Amino acid sequence: MSDLALIGPILAAMFAAATPLLFAALGELVVEKSGVLNLGVEGMMLVGAVCGFAVTIQTGSAVTGFIVAAVAGAATASLFAVLTLFLLANQVATGLALTLFGVGLSALIGQGFVGIPLEGLPKLNIPGLTDLPVVGQALFGQDIMVYLAVAAVPLVHLFLYRTRAGLVLRAVGENHTAAHALGYKVLRIRFLAVLFGGAMAGLGGAFLSMDYTPMWAENMTSGRGWIALALVVFATWKPVRAMLGAWLFGGVTILQLHVQGLGIDVPSQLLSMLPYLATVLVLVLISRDVARIRLNAPACLGKLFHPDA
Amino acid sequence: MGKTVLGLAGAAIALSVGMGAGMVSAFAQEKLKVGFVYVGPVSDHGYSYQHDQGRLAVEKALGDKVTTTFVENVPEGADAERVIEQLAASGHKLIFTTSFGFMNPTLKVAKRHPDVKFEHATGYKRAENVATYSGRFYEGRTVVGAIAGKMTKSNIIGYIGSYPIPEVVGGINAFTIALREQNPKAEVRVVWVNSWYDPGKEAEAAKALIDQGADVIVQHTDSPAPIQTAQERGLWSVGQSSDMTRFGPKSHLTAIVEDWNGYYVDRVKAVLDGSWKPIDTWGGISTGMVELAPYNPAIPADVVKMADQIKADIVSGKRHSFQGPVKDQSGKVVIPEGKTATDEQILKMDWYVEGVQGKVPK
Repeated sequence: MSDLALIGPILAAMFAAATPLLFAALGELVVEKSGVLNLGVEGMMLVGAVCGFAVTIQTGSAVTGFIVAAVAGAATASLFAVLTLFLLANQVATGLALTLFGVGLSALIGQGFVGIPLEGLPKLNIPGLTDLPVVGQALFGQDIMVYLAVAAVPLVHLFLYRTRAGLVLRAVGENHTAAHALGYKVLRIRFLAVLFGGAMAGLGGAFLSMDYTPMWAENMTSGRGWIALALVVFATWKPVRAMLGAWLFGGVTILQLHVQGLGIDVPSQLLSMLPYLATVLVLVLISRDVARIRLNAPACLGKLFHPDA
Repeated sequence: MGKTVLGLAGAAIALSVGMGAGMVSAFAQEKLKVGFVYVGPVSDHGYSYQHDQGRLAVEKALGDKVTTTFVENVPEGADAERVIEQLAASGHKLIFTTSFGFMNPTLKVAKRHPDVKFEHATGYKRAENVATYSGRFYEGRTVVGAIAGKMTKSNIIGYIGSYPIPEVVGGINAFTIALREQNPKAEVRVVWVNSWYDPGKEAEAAKALIDQGADVIVQHTDSPAPIQTAQERGLWSVGQSSDMTRFGPKSHLTAIVEDWNGYYVDRVKAVLDGSWKPIDTWGGISTGMVELAPYNPAIPADVVKMADQIKADIVSGKRHSFQGPVKDQSGKVVIPEGKTATDEQILKMDWYVEGVQGKVPK
């Protein structure tokens, strides 16, 4: 196989590798747009991963599995929401605690499910299109969740920038006092945003355990939740850029494995670092443009709000 | 970071459970208390799982004379010392610490408890009351390499490595030598994932290697994700640490199985009858420490016969995994004709033999 023929498989693997990141990052993006910083993405992904897996094993239905994963992610997020929104706990500390909690809880739930294999989701096969050279497999040969993640991007974008509800959500994130004065229920809106973030993180985790590597293993997200968090900043809180960032990250990850396999002499430790390096690099680049970040970062991000204060 | 903290919490919980068990057994009569310290969860179905199978074998064989305690998810480092100390202080007279990073903590605790016997896996430091043990896993890789040489059609073998340490590099070399003995045209492509356990990354590595034309995937990482990936693509795979057949029954050729059962039973017996000595054990196929999982029924009978013959020759000493002449990548003879690699050479291996693509990361 010539090296050029590898472009297609690399693209296909890249889209799949980007999918869990994209789900989690889109969810967190909406949360942050509402002014809440939830660092518990990794924990919520793990809870979603284990619940989706367990339910799919029990019921045999992947659809039910994904729904339960989203609900489980949202339920975990609701813990965070209650603590930070209503009991005014520190968001950063609570988010970190939520990750630790999620790691432990998922390991506990998953005890009986370790080592059980599961069939992954079927891959799409459109005669003619899937067989296209180079892009066929990448664009038309994935499974449904990969497309759902991509479809969520314009939906989130339209919601945020073209609907009244999205406008209100952004207003709450920009200036919760003003939004409150105008009569909007700041806490309720943030609560819903946090639930949405949890559900998306749950889906991202379930994609890993039910589809990408169809099995449950303790801590199997291996830091993807943290990357999703970085992607939100990387994307300067824009859904389309979050998607591009996820693809870039997935692409570098896959590419470095191919570089090794081809025997190109680059230290593998450096290659493993590359995706993270790329994230840091972009963060540095966009940070040079302070005005731009200020324009996009929700002004009330991470700030507590109490309606009676 | 999160992982460390959780590991700590896990260790704390496991420790308190272990201590609870210890207190209960204190009321029983004078049974030998044996402790086990694992680096991962027992549920990993790989490395720690296999050690726990050994613990269960001890219970089964000597259950009326011993009680066993285990602590899982113990981080390598300062916390390990506390866990080992706790086991020693709570009346355990024989303690197995099963990961390389437990070496120094084990020795420190051993110094404070001269009446307690310790066994450390994969380390090299011994003391009056500290024995060491490990497996010659490369012997299993010789058998697997020969099978792969017969089964590959594309003549490209994909090899997923964890960390470029001598144990893994030596495994790649033993595999490649046997592979090319059967099939001189075959070559090995290595991808390092820099992790012992990251199912997502292991699957990605397997996909990358398959996309580059590999039709047999061998792994020196602990998750069954590469087996699943190979099964999905309809190709062959070789498992690691334990029998991984059920993750890809059509794909799984065999696996290198680490079997500690016999060793653990023997060592506990030695403590019971007073013959225990702080020896170093490096057991291979001949001592049963290294086993091969049941062969895939799809492997032709003559290939199975060949594999069994190689196994028998290793056991009888007729064959060695690193039997000269062995050339490195530049074609230089490292192990001359008529010689075999010394244990020291194997334990320090940091070069690839001919037939492996790429360079060992330094």
